[in-house]
Amino acid sequence: MELLIANGHVIDPAKGFDEVTDLYISAGKIAGIGNAPKGFKPERIIDASHRVVSPGFVDLSARLGGGGDEHGATIVSETLAAARAGITTLCCPPDTTPVLDIPAVAELIHRRAQQAGLAKVHCLGALTQGLGGEQLAEMYALKAIGCVGVSNAGRAVYNTEVMRRALEYAGTCGLAVVLQPEDHWLGRQGHMHEGGVSTRLGVPGIPETAETVALSRDLLLVEQTGVRTHFARLSTAKAVELLAQAQAQGLPVSADVTIHHLHLTHEAVGDFDSMCHVRPPFRTQADRKALRGAVARGVIAAICSDHHPHDVDAKTAPFDATEPGVSALELLLPLILELVRGRVFDLSTAIAAITCRAAQVLGIPAGILAIGASADVCVFDPEREWTLTENTLLSAGKNSPFLGRELVGRVTHTLLDGRVVFEEEADVPASR
Amino acid sequence: MTASNIQLDERGRLKHFLSIEGLPQELLLEILSTAEGFAPVGRRPVKKVPLLRGKTIVNLFFEPSTRTRTTFELAAKRLSADVLTLNIGDSATRKGESLLDTLRNLEAMHCDMLVIRHDCSGAAHFIASHVCSEARVINAGDGRHAHPTQAMVDMFTIRRTKGDFGVLRVAIVGDIAHSRVARSDIHALKSLGAREVRVIGPRTLIPPEIETLGVRVDHDLKSGLRDVDVVIMLRLQNERMQGALLPSAREFFELYGLTEERLAVAEPGAIVLHPGPINRGVEIDSQVANGPRSVILEQVSYGIAVRMAVMSIAMSSAAKPESH
Amino acid sequence: MNLDSDEIGSLLERMAEGLTEALAGRGRVDPVVVGIHTGGVWIAERLRERLGLPAPLGSLSIAFYRDDFSRIGMHPSVKPSNLPFDIDGRHVILVDDILYTGRTVRAALNEIFDYGRPASVTLAVLVDRSQRDLPIRADVVGITLALAPGEHIKLNGPDPLRLITHKAA
Repeated sequence: MELLIANGHVIDPAKGFDEVTDLYISAGKIAGIGNAPKGFKPERIIDASHRVVSPGFVDLSARLGGGGDEHGATIVSETLAAARAGITTLCCPPDTTPVLDIPAVAELIHRRAQQAGLAKVHCLGALTQGLGGEQLAEMYALKAIGCVGVSNAGRAVYNTEVMRRALEYAGTCGLAVVLQPEDHWLGRQGHMHEGGVSTRLGVPGIPETAETVALSRDLLLVEQTGVRTHFARLSTAKAVELLAQAQAQGLPVSADVTIHHLHLTHEAVGDFDSMCHVRPPFRTQADRKALRGAVARGVIAAICSDHHPHDVDAKTAPFDATEPGVSALELLLPLILELVRGRVFDLSTAIAAITCRAAQVLGIPAGILAIGASADVCVFDPEREWTLTENTLLSAGKNSPFLGRELVGRVTHTLLDGRVVFEEEADVPASR
Repeated sequence: MTASNIQLDERGRLKHFLSIEGLPQELLLEILSTAEGFAPVGRRPVKKVPLLRGKTIVNLFFEPSTRTRTTFELAAKRLSADVLTLNIGDSATRKGESLLDTLRNLEAMHCDMLVIRHDCSGAAHFIASHVCSEARVINAGDGRHAHPTQAMVDMFTIRRTKGDFGVLRVAIVGDIAHSRVARSDIHALKSLGAREVRVIGPRTLIPPEIETLGVRVDHDLKSGLRDVDVVIMLRLQNERMQGALLPSAREFFELYGLTEERLAVAEPGAIVLHPGPINRGVEIDSQVANGPRSVILEQVSYGIAVRMAVMSIAMSSAAKPESH
Repeated sequence: MNLDSDEIGSLLERMAEGLTEALAGRGRVDPVVVGIHTGGVWIAERLRERLGLPAPLGSLSIAFYRDDFSRIGMHPSVKPSNLPFDIDGRHVILVDDILYTGRTVRAALNEIFDYGRPASVTLAVLVDRSQRDLPIRADVVGITLALAPGEHIKLNGPDPLRLITHKAA
């Protein structure tokens, strides 16, 4: 099918492209930018005036629900939410139920995602069996079934010998390693950042060192093994400093941060608001400032949602007894745009963090608008105002600390392999 | 994301008694003076006043406690209320869902007031934010967060023996990090205008950034007790010796145990409080516990009157003018 | 209708005489005086003095015995009740400043009985407004006043004592 996205503000950070022009799509691929391919006759024209046209977003961490049961979040409901949010590629971490340490689990996820046809789902396999931190997982088998990397999914690997060998083995298999640095003992009982707020509330705290001790250790192991490693969900200024040093040294390391950690601090917990119960926890204003600066400078390459849909019960309990995690897919774009408007970084850097730079982390062919690449495209209205409510959230998880908030920026069309997988109702008025 | 103060109704009257934080000083003073009115009741032949006659008060205790439970029970009974005590100790009912379900079941039975003790910080706030608008919630201790009625008992005891707070230097000694009593005492003392509040303990038992609550931190007992008028000793739980926080009870006593000799640097006439139960030879030696400076037994005797005051003031805001 | 402290003094004199007669007539010996806060206590201590009674003055706050808790909640605390003697078998002179609906006296009687079993209660009031809701009767009255609708009367004190009538706002 031949499709034309006309007159949009096309931004493709991978090539530094930033112009108002036309985008031509044919047979599921990008066929032309600015100049129509010979004999192009569009069966459909999408008017993208006053809209931004970017590569479909690449989300490095999004959970798709518990093992496909009928209640609550499922691959269908969450990829639908992803499509609504302009996310065309997402990575599912291995802390599924059951754990993603055998090919069958990945195969099931791939199949369900393909059937739903709403977003491309890549799996990260487990680094160790059962994510237990003791035995290596069968990484080669996981790679063969299509896993794009392996990860500890935030579960501490406290046996340093195991961590070293796991890195070496992943390197042998040619798999990217994604590590969420977490010490096994420091802050084990904790549920929020250890500091003045946790002291006042009497909630057990997770000190900075829970992240930085593990990160330091892992950086030294990366230095020893030379295996390319991506550090996930950084939350401290100190971690940014350590990472920048390692990069300056030439270590093959990269990092991401969640969109919520660029916005919220531990003060957001307020009077035990369980919507702000997350791991790693929201930390101080100084940490947030350092994380923002790191994205702006490129020390942190990617921003992810770290989507965690929970049902109502999981968050309806005293703070310590609730499940950590926020529903985040549909917040990715508007919250990033808020940072752009606040001049934390420019639009191109922002889009790069959720397209090409994210894709590069895992070596996935996505996040670019090159001719011949899959036509995974996002069209969004950067000025659209809307309110986040349980109804406007498509995800089965309504656990967002931003419920009731006014947001600016909304996707109008999402294309996957040249197919429109999401578009707004026709009579929604344009902002201008 | 920060909640508005759910403890007060739209007229500023006490609705739920969850933490000292967020309550105006006048309200704390009202509780103290109302407690004065209730203090004689326990010595009369008829140890009751009819104030809460016909009201149903439920004690929901998820954490075991004989002393606090019996104090709340007696307080409710001396107000002529009907009391129901539920000890929900076993782990099966510890999960959040059951807490909400338990609450809904109690509401179906039209309970006027819930007194809740739970091991999760914020549990009382959680109950108060899910309860129907007519019910009242009293926090009998939630995790490490707050034990506001105990703080009021401590303030009542201090005021009765030492008078005006404005001249007093108060030291709180022991496991501050895990203590809800300490947190509530700090808020109450600051709100009532205490001259100085100090916390004394080893670094492992002092929580980070506690200075932001307006207290001075001391790691040495002697220097911390100098010139102090009131000493509040905290109970040391056995678990602390297993959690890499302290090597032994003996060493804790060596460094922080309260003895007559150590009290000598405090003001003459300094008084000693303890929320109980006491670990003799760990926090405090028998000579001090039984001695003239100890007001520990007075605290116990005031416990009922103070709780009667809290319960009646909270229930008072549920008053509904009759429509004519 | 306002009364100054001299005029009240004369009323107190009359009340003291009336009490002496009432108690003697019924053989009520060695009584104790209990005043109801706040105005009743001011009257009670003056009566006790005039009667020359040795037993200490008792005072009741009735805050916890009122019948309007469900409607208007708790009154801000006045001083706590204090009966520094054993009530059992005693003859009590209960004193209040204004007797109006009778609810205050009802509450005071309930409170006294929670302290013990008095042998008798003799009610003495400075002003009787004669507008009872309950079947309560004073044994000794200083003055009976019928007020106009919307008018209220209040005893100011403790020294000097003055009775002031005013229209409610």
